[in-house]
Amino acid sequence: MRQKGINYAKYGYYFSIPFVLIFLLFSLYPLIYTIIIGFTDLRGIGRTAFSFLEDPFQNFKLILANPSFRKSLSNTFLIWIMNFIPQILLALLLTAWFTNNSLKVRGQGAFKVLFYMPNIITAATIAILFNSLFGYPKGPVNDLLMMLGLSDSPIYFLVQKWTARGIVGFIQFWMWYGNTMIILIAGVLGINPTLFEAAEIDGASAPQIFFRITLPNLRTILLYTLVTSLIGGMQMFDIPRLFLLGGPDNATLTTSVFIYNQAFSGSYLYNRASAASMIMFILIMILSGILFLIMRDKDAARRRKEKKAMMRSMKTIREVEV
Amino acid sequence: MSKSLRMSRITTKTVIYIACFFLAVLSIFPFWVMFMNATRSTYEIQQSSVALLPSRFFFSNLKILLGKSFNPLVGFLNSLTISAGATFFSVYFSSLTAYALVAYSWKMRQPFFTVIMCVLMIPAQVSSIGFYQFMYSLRLTNNFLPLILPAIASPAMVFFMRQYLMGALSLDIVSSARIDGAGEFYIFNRIVLPIMIPALATQAIFSFVASWNNLFLPLILLTDKTKYTMPIMVSLLRGDIYKTEFGSVYLGLSLTVLPLFIIYFLLSKYIISGVALGALKE
Repeated sequence: MRQKGINYAKYGYYFSIPFVLIFLLFSLYPLIYTIIIGFTDLRGIGRTAFSFLEDPFQNFKLILANPSFRKSLSNTFLIWIMNFIPQILLALLLTAWFTNNSLKVRGQGAFKVLFYMPNIITAATIAILFNSLFGYPKGPVNDLLMMLGLSDSPIYFLVQKWTARGIVGFIQFWMWYGNTMIILIAGVLGINPTLFEAAEIDGASAPQIFFRITLPNLRTILLYTLVTSLIGGMQMFDIPRLFLLGGPDNATLTTSVFIYNQAFSGSYLYNRASAASMIMFILIMILSGILFLIMRDKDAARRRKEKKAMMRSMKTIREVEV
Repeated sequence: MSKSLRMSRITTKTVIYIACFFLAVLSIFPFWVMFMNATRSTYEIQQSSVALLPSRFFFSNLKILLGKSFNPLVGFLNSLTISAGATFFSVYFSSLTAYALVAYSWKMRQPFFTVIMCVLMIPAQVSSIGFYQFMYSLRLTNNFLPLILPAIASPAMVFFMRQYLMGALSLDIVSSARIDGAGEFYIFNRIVLPIMIPALATQAIFSFVASWNNLFLPLILLTDKTKYTMPIMVSLLRGDIYKTEFGSVYLGLSLTVLPLFIIYFLLSKYIISGVALGALKE
């Protein structure tokens, strides 16, 4: 073997092979398969043979005209917004408290561990647990409200649309604010400390430091939180399905539960469920794209371009020297 | 420090402690009620459903629960097999892919990384119909493989591992190992993996918890009772046969939560710092 000719670059390809193979087989192929099914007549359990519809967009039209599907889309957005806004606000507040050097909050570690705890428990368990907690006429929450004198008679939480939706939103909020808080705290710890010191020397107040230094520097992390929460929220399945099975009167039916019901419980309408999946997918892509556009860091992109150009010129100089 | 400033500092701190204490109670309360009611009879729960102390009906609840085809041990073992398998594959192969992205300069490196970043945005659920049909035609329903093997391609974890390796791995170590005659695969297994242990540990915890808690795919793929995972068993507690047995429903829920609670309180330090690590490396 020529000593000079050992080309290590090929190992880059070798080591990526498992990832690429499995990705093509278990992610890309099913995705394309799903897209195709959306244009066919495939339905019924245990069938794989299908033929394309005469009107290729028939399933999409039917799904878009389906009142339950529309309801499920608006429910998903409502529940996501109901959980995300309080979640990010509370997480930001806690972050401001826990990272404030002059406040020195004691027991931070224990608080963080407790706030994060609901996030590791199976959502299936939490859904059923909350279903029992909000029982009527006797249930822990009703008992507590009456004990504290906040309500005279038991409230039938689970048959009223807005209380049911509100509880699903609350569960999501309760499960995720601790996670968001820890990510934001890490983001703040990653900001250059000299920025804070300089601001303190200049006599900036705590709110000024938070709004003028912390928040702008947290932009990337906030974008990350926003996008992951959006994708997770749009896929919300376990809690709405097990908490009230989408009820009352479809008030907690989310898009994922709708797709599952179409495809796997009873009707086996694989083609329509696929069309619904694609509509959901396109919506997620559009929303994430908008978020990226709004929050992208224009300066960083420009710097990267400049750096690349410099590297290229360095390379040519070196080649010329050789 | 002036007196009024100190007073306002004390007020602020009081507000903070009250808020944190309230949130901590909010985190614990549902689980506390669950554990306590697991030991109480249905009659007691109907009388008053909040109790701060346990009662003595644990064994009778257990008897009712196990009498109704709820077999937590089977669910536990199934979940353990799937989660452990998926965790091993995702952690090992994500590190390997990340190493390929960091250590070698190949032509497709940047495009490949861009593709991974895009794939990161695709939710797995949207392709579930095609996935189910594909697995059905391969006769892989009621098999754990479709729940384990796809973990080999975990874009999010590759991204994390790449970020970690860029900071932690010095390519000089790799070149000196080459001079000593080590093969590329050997270098990865014996030198690079040990360097990555902190990242491997935190990612393993997350992968395990995510896989353990997954309901959607197992619910679609597993129809055989002996293959049910823990979350599927939990979802059965929603069914009619448990409607009037509140005590045993609470007990069933407790049994599914208990293993995760134990793991969590043993590893909470690493879990919390792991979440933080994931954010920092953005």
